[in-house]
Amino acid sequence: MPTLASRVVLALVLTFLIGPFVIIILAGLSAGNSLAFPPDGLSLKWYLKVFTVESFQASFALSMFLAVFGTLAALALGVPAAYALNRYDLPGAETVRIIVAAPIIVPGIIVGLALLRYLVVPTGVGVTLALFLAHTALVLPYAVRVVSSSLHNLRADMEEAAVLLGCTRLQAFFKVVLPNIRAGVLAAFILGFVTSFNQVPVSLFLSGPGVRTLPIDMLAYMEITYDPSVAALSALLAFLSVAIVFAAEKFLGFSRYV
Amino acid sequence: MSDAFVSLQSLTLAYGDTIAVPDLSLDVRQGELISLLGPSGCGKSTTMRAIAGLLAPRAGRIGIAGRDVTRVPANRRNVGLVFQSYALFPHLTAFENVAFGLRLKRMRGAEIERRTRDGLATVGLDHLARRKPAEMSGGQQQRLALARSLVMEPDVLLLDEPLSNLDARLRLEMRNELQRVQRATGVTMVFVTHDQAEALALSDRIVLMRDGRIEQLDTPEGLYARPRTRFAADFVGFENIFDVVPEGLKGPEGTVPHRVPHRVPGDVAALAWRPGGVRVGSGELRGRVAGVAFAGTTREYVLDSALGRIRADAPAGAERLAIGDQVAFDLPPETACPLGTA
Ligand SMILES: Nc1ncnc2c1ncn2[C@@H]1O[C@H](COP(=O)(O)OP(=O)(O)O)[C@@H](O)[C@H]1O
Ligand SMILES: [Mg+2]
Repeated sequence: MPTLASRVVLALVLTFLIGPFVIIILAGLSAGNSLAFPPDGLSLKWYLKVFTVESFQASFALSMFLAVFGTLAALALGVPAAYALNRYDLPGAETVRIIVAAPIIVPGIIVGLALLRYLVVPTGVGVTLALFLAHTALVLPYAVRVVSSSLHNLRADMEEAAVLLGCTRLQAFFKVVLPNIRAGVLAAFILGFVTSFNQVPVSLFLSGPGVRTLPIDMLAYMEITYDPSVAALSALLAFLSVAIVFAAEKFLGFSRYV
Repeated sequence: MSDAFVSLQSLTLAYGDTIAVPDLSLDVRQGELISLLGPSGCGKSTTMRAIAGLLAPRAGRIGIAGRDVTRVPANRRNVGLVFQSYALFPHLTAFENVAFGLRLKRMRGAEIERRTRDGLATVGLDHLARRKPAEMSGGQQQRLALARSLVMEPDVLLLDEPLSNLDARLRLEMRNELQRVQRATGVTMVFVTHDQAEALALSDRIVLMRDGRIEQLDTPEGLYARPRTRFAADFVGFENIFDVVPEGLKGPEGTVPHRVPHRVPGDVAALAWRPGGVRVGSGELRGRVAGVAFAGTTREYVLDSALGRIRADAPAGAERLAIGDQVAFDLPPETACPLGTA
């Protein structure tokens, strides 16, 4: 039987977690013309308007592109890295682990500034490419970590068995290791996707004229137009994230890997 | 290399700076079932991994079927290994587990199908072809691992403590199964175990190992009846081992006069008796009963004597002694096993 105190704590936690979410949803339902809570009447017009704003369409496409391909690139690097760190007694493995984890620890503002100052400015690489590299780097630690934990549960002797049955080490990886860490790789993809999609501080520094990720575009939009469409868009994105995580949990037991 | 099918010559096997097996030479005959027997950590698995090609020897040579395979990679050695953990592929069905190696050989589909079915039938799993390993019992997984290796028709089949994860009854059943399969296929088998009873029951010959060296290489009968060293004697159940000294026998507690030493050759360092070889109830030695346990056909006594602890089995029908009783006993020369100096 929960005590009164624990009920109060639970209620407070839920209020702080879900409260803002509810406020945003309701604010987006406003019939008025400025962002306000409680909403000024109810309508769906701002939710519908979101789909007609051209800059949102472009920035949504860019954010999608970064989230999908940045995460795929991070997995392409992260899965072999996690495998090597797990299976081989490499010299300096600990150092590699720390370096790989750095983007989680270092504040995004600094990562963004550093990339701008030392990558974009001196080399003049395109903004889109810089964003892609930045998002790949940001997602990489998650990819390594999540894939590592599922590799950790996979016994090494299975690969040896495959080798004795005629596989090369590489074949053994694709035929035996990969199929057995599939759920972990999918989990890493989803986590990476959500991380990348919602990323603000790094993208802030790397966004250029006409090249903006969706969160940055929303910030810019709000500076000019203070209408409820931003709230509506936020609510839609939040639903998208929740739906993805929920599906992942249901089908993959996502929380085991994070 | 006369009749050697698998030939290990002066193998040195190491992990980094630690040498697990210093200098091992062993010849295995074709079609033989040979056991590597020894306590945990004596280098059995290490030796197996070297034969399989999973561990490169620091020095020495490995020959299989007349070919020097020392530098041949594991995937081209044609050696099968049944792991202690079975190492089955959890994402594949029993059928696909067994077909795995055949598919890599680019065999025709019908041929793969036929050989896989045969392999599953050999170990009595044909009805479970579509199950995943997680849906099979321990004994079935064990047999699946065996089938997966056997269908490859390996020159040598290595089995690393394959029965140790099974319960006692299943272990006995699988032991017979292994013997049957070996006779049916004629495959040369190297079998690792730390269980002397298992080794004695299964093997054509036994390699008793200690700290990476061969302590004794013998038939089961030879090892059981005539262990040559203290270590070997202890391992096969000679629980009473005493040094031979000019005054008689020397145990941890003291020395007693004994009539045997005057008649044994000079290089005998110790004498050993099984509990069943000690005579309880008569003799020149005296002991006090410190423990007794009923074991069906015998009663197992622990006696405190001037030599030290004695373990003795008396027929269950004999007079029953209680803890604290004084009893006469004898260490008869005719049941003694003479041990060398090692
Ligand atoms: N991967 C390893 N790294 C370092 N030492 C090892 C490794 N595997 C085994 N050893 C050591 O080698 C020796 C022999 O081990 P092993 O062959 O596994 O023994 P057994 O199979 O007879 O129990 C042991 O002392 C063990 O500690
Ligand atoms: Mg072992």
